[in-house]
Amino acid sequence: MGPKTAGLLAFFDERFKIGALLKLAGKKTVPEHRHAFWYFFGGIALFLTVLQIATGILLLLYYVPTVDAAHESIVFIMSQVKFGWLIRSVHSWTANILIGVLFVHMFSTFFLKAYRRPRELTWVSGFLLFVLFLALGFSGYLLPWSELSFFATRVGTNIAGGFPVIGPALKQFILGGPTIGQSTLTRFFWLHVAVLPLAALALIGIHVLLVQILGMSRPVSLADRPARDIPFFPDFIYKDVLGWTLILILIGILCVFLPWEIGRKADPFASTPVGIKPEWYFTFMFSTLKIIPSHVLSIEGETLAILGFFAGGLLWLLVPFLDRRAAREKPSPSFTVIGIILSLYIAVMTVLTYTVPRL
Amino acid sequence: MTARAKFAGALVLGLIFTGAARAQPNSCLECHGALEGGLQAPVELFKQDIHGQIGLGCQDCHGGDPAREDAELAMAGTFVGAPKRAGIPVFCARCHSDPAYMKAYDPTLRVDQLELYRTSRHGRLLGQGDTKVAVCTDCHGAHGIQPAKYPKARTFPWNIPETCGRCHADAEYMKPYGIPTDQLEAYRKSVHARALFDRKDMSAPACNSCHGNHGAAPPSITSIAFVCRQCHPSPGQLFSKSPHKSAFDELGFSECEACHGNHEIHAPTDAMLGTGEGAVCVECHEPGSRGYQVAAGMKEVITGFDSEIRAAGALLDEAAGKGVEVSEPVYRLHDVSTLLVSARDLTHGLDPAGVEAKAAEGRAQLVEIRAAGRAALREATWRRTGLAVATLFLILFALAFYLRIRDLRRGPRPPS
Repeated sequence: MGPKTAGLLAFFDERFKIGALLKLAGKKTVPEHRHAFWYFFGGIALFLTVLQIATGILLLLYYVPTVDAAHESIVFIMSQVKFGWLIRSVHSWTANILIGVLFVHMFSTFFLKAYRRPRELTWVSGFLLFVLFLALGFSGYLLPWSELSFFATRVGTNIAGGFPVIGPALKQFILGGPTIGQSTLTRFFWLHVAVLPLAALALIGIHVLLVQILGMSRPVSLADRPARDIPFFPDFIYKDVLGWTLILILIGILCVFLPWEIGRKADPFASTPVGIKPEWYFTFMFSTLKIIPSHVLSIEGETLAILGFFAGGLLWLLVPFLDRRAAREKPSPSFTVIGIILSLYIAVMTVLTYTVPRL
Repeated sequence: MTARAKFAGALVLGLIFTGAARAQPNSCLECHGALEGGLQAPVELFKQDIHGQIGLGCQDCHGGDPAREDAELAMAGTFVGAPKRAGIPVFCARCHSDPAYMKAYDPTLRVDQLELYRTSRHGRLLGQGDTKVAVCTDCHGAHGIQPAKYPKARTFPWNIPETCGRCHADAEYMKPYGIPTDQLEAYRKSVHARALFDRKDMSAPACNSCHGNHGAAPPSITSIAFVCRQCHPSPGQLFSKSPHKSAFDELGFSECEACHGNHEIHAPTDAMLGTGEGAVCVECHEPGSRGYQVAAGMKEVITGFDSEIRAAGALLDEAAGKGVEVSEPVYRLHDVSTLLVSARDLTHGLDPAGVEAKAAEGRAQLVEIRAAGRAALREATWRRTGLAVATLFLILFALAFYLRIRDLRRGPRPPS
């Protein structure tokens, strides 16, 4: 290192206390055990979020959020802009992989009971982030203004409109009018590039800060085994980087061999295409609404299902406060069974959506 | 009387009158409902009949008084009963040819059906005393009549071939008339039937589109072309200006039908043009003749142009299959395909120069489309190469980290 570089480093160290931060990172440790693999999904989600922000900012250079030009601007990005196909495909593929990773991260946290005291707020912030990313996926899906996204959004907003009491007002607010149009596109764009990312960034800050302050949890089942830790830096970070590199290779292969398709431009006056369905991560709810009887105990089936999803989400959010055994560092098999049933239900309903066309 | 008692009295009277109104007897329905077979059938059929739906009753056609409970009294006076077959057109026309009367129910409905019918082959034969020919009830039904816009009506477009075929496809029934009975079978194989039955395209022709409805008659040789031109004006106009027009007139050939047939009209193919197998030109033109050479020349241009379009399409398909966005050149290829359609159309005017001009215009555009396709394929190769190089570096990067992690795992661990 030359004297000039050393001087520059000293300049920044004096102001940002980089040395102190590295010293702290060197002291930080992470539990190492047979379930530690699942910790990496949090880091992968963070890495994919960075990719989302970077590619999203680049897409903003050419994307035009109007019903007349949105689809054309995506075609332009995919065919004329240098590396536009790559940026857009990375954005779309990453969005889907990110939601999948979040599902895995959330359920692994649940099964390892990592939400137990004092990490209740880490779970709550994580669940709220999951909901925010679902909303980001929903709002982003409409932006290309393609036929599939248009009608899938119609299906999705109709579901929101079925919510008891506030449903119609909620639907009106989401759409910005009685039907999907320019107002809807403007709102979705506003949500997708400003409101939701800002809220997500704030929550990510809280979530990561809590993880750093409280450290990573050791599963209850390993309480009677000798604890073994590894340094956060460089051991854990190296493993994170290895995971990020592998996921980057996967994204590259997907983007080159299966670039994210554009689809036909939406025609609001066309009839709904047969077999229209929302994005894969909403299909378990979509299929539930399709198979539920029209009335259950004189209550409208669809309303009951929507209420059920809302109540289920609320209970899921409050899991750290409901699982009293885990809070006392004791196994809670009943919650494990609930988690298995729930994950199986989501998996089966999602598979059914794609394998039973006329569900 | 208290107010409550007055109200109760009014309520009872109201119920009595309402009940009386509902119990208005209809002796036609009561008696015919108790009968069997053909005399009972109208009771059920009339429930779906448009006449019943707009408030008309049995007496509006058959006369009589359904309010009379006694059958003899009900069928006295104005009662006309069932009309004879020969009298059915006039029987229906009592209302359907009366503009003032029809306006009250459907102002859009024509009132010239009887006049048209009398000009039809059916009407003229009926006038000569042949009661086997179709009258109103054969196509519309007698007591279950539905408007032609109802999909279950016998006169709804996709039901018309069956309706006509009930008589015209019955060889035994049609024997005295000495006309073919294979029209329905032939029509079912036609491009028109595919459009009507399979695609439910209401603009596709059924029997009545060419032969007429109430004035149904076989078009004469000279008028067939005008029938086809109702939907296909461009080839008709081109044909009229071509040398074929006068030649066909001299030889007494019908125009379109001579090459395309009548009921069994297939989707035209390039094989119909030229001098090869399936070509219609060689049916008249001898090898070596001018017409033979023109036909061969136009065929060569059209098939060559078509092949070039297909090759360009295959190129774009390959690029799209490799993930490159080619919607813009695909869109331009659709424009070129339209030029091929125009070139094919021009063959009806025997215009080899026009055909060549259209093909040349298309070929000029194909040069750019092919270039775009080749560029897209180069782009696909470049992407794959870039991915291979980037993946190689990333794998090396990952390997380095993996080895470093393995080293770290083997090293001493800090105490917990």
